[in-house]
Amino acid sequence: MTRWLCLLLLMLAGVGFGPLAAQDTMPPAPYAYRQLDDPAQEAKAQALMETLRCLKCQSQSIADSDAPMAGDMRSQVRQRIAAGEEPEAIRAWLVERYGDYVSYAPRVTALTWPLFVIPVVLLVLAALLLRRRFQKGQGE
Amino acid sequence: MSETPKPAPRWAIWLPLGLFLGFVALVLIGLLRPADREVASAMIGKPLPQFDLPAAIPEKPGLAHNDFAAGGKPRLLNVFASWCIPCAVESPQLDQLAKMGVEINGIAIRDHREDVAAFLARNGNPFTRIGADDVSKVQLAMGSSGVPETFVIDGKGVIRYQHIGEIRADQLPLILEKLKEAEQ
Repeated sequence: MTRWLCLLLLMLAGVGFGPLAAQDTMPPAPYAYRQLDDPAQEAKAQALMETLRCLKCQSQSIADSDAPMAGDMRSQVRQRIAAGEEPEAIRAWLVERYGDYVSYAPRVTALTWPLFVIPVVLLVLAALLLRRRFQKGQGE
Repeated sequence: MSETPKPAPRWAIWLPLGLFLGFVALVLIGLLRPADREVASAMIGKPLPQFDLPAAIPEKPGLAHNDFAAGGKPRLLNVFASWCIPCAVESPQLDQLAKMGVEINGIAIRDHREDVAAFLARNGNPFTRIGADDVSKVQLAMGSSGVPETFVIDGKGVIRYQHIGEIRADQLPLILEKLKEAEQ
């Protein structure tokens, strides 16, 4: 019984120690986990944070991530929104530093336009094909 | 209509298989080619952002963007933290660069003052100035996404090169070359 307890404690200790060893122990930035007092501003900040990529954990948004750097980014986003800055200006500021990669909101650029055009072309092609087929059927 | 529909050409029966094999090839390429997960800063070629960081340890002054505009030789700006293991791995290389006469400034990310002091006592202190960035503010302003990263800053305060990850011993010539390039 005590042996199992020891093992369990060791496992728990291992789990607790692993991630801590590679992260800092500083308290989170002021607005990392604190919402803005004004609900309208907080909603604006939240909408923006959900479309910004966490750079440490690249498949998560900064709204989803508990990485300290994501917390620092959230805090900065909230403080800037509170200071009256527009969400798109904050996004542009980050894109200027990290490139399009930091934003989850798709943009039409010289590189990405086929992604928007190809589905439309395919739909039009399919519609044309189907129309020809149905017209054939009617003739019989 | 009286005419019967034309039978599909014979090769057409291979089309689905061909499409499938093409898809498999695409998946295999995606699986086997190691993806590049590094996020390069888009600030290369641009001046340093404005900042003014307090000193991370009492023995060395803090760091502000004005310190770089003073002219002079290109220098290294090393973004590090005491809690970052690769940062300890690169310290012999930084020491070597400092001994060669390269000025190295540091920014300690999210770090307690006493931890920075202990880290430097353990690994040596190649820095002439160390700023403390407690909420990654300067790091974000520079487009840096982790520790360690090392930037080459020229005499006018323009960011010329970003080295992501620790500087390994075999990368010293590369860093020296980038410093030389920044002199022009």
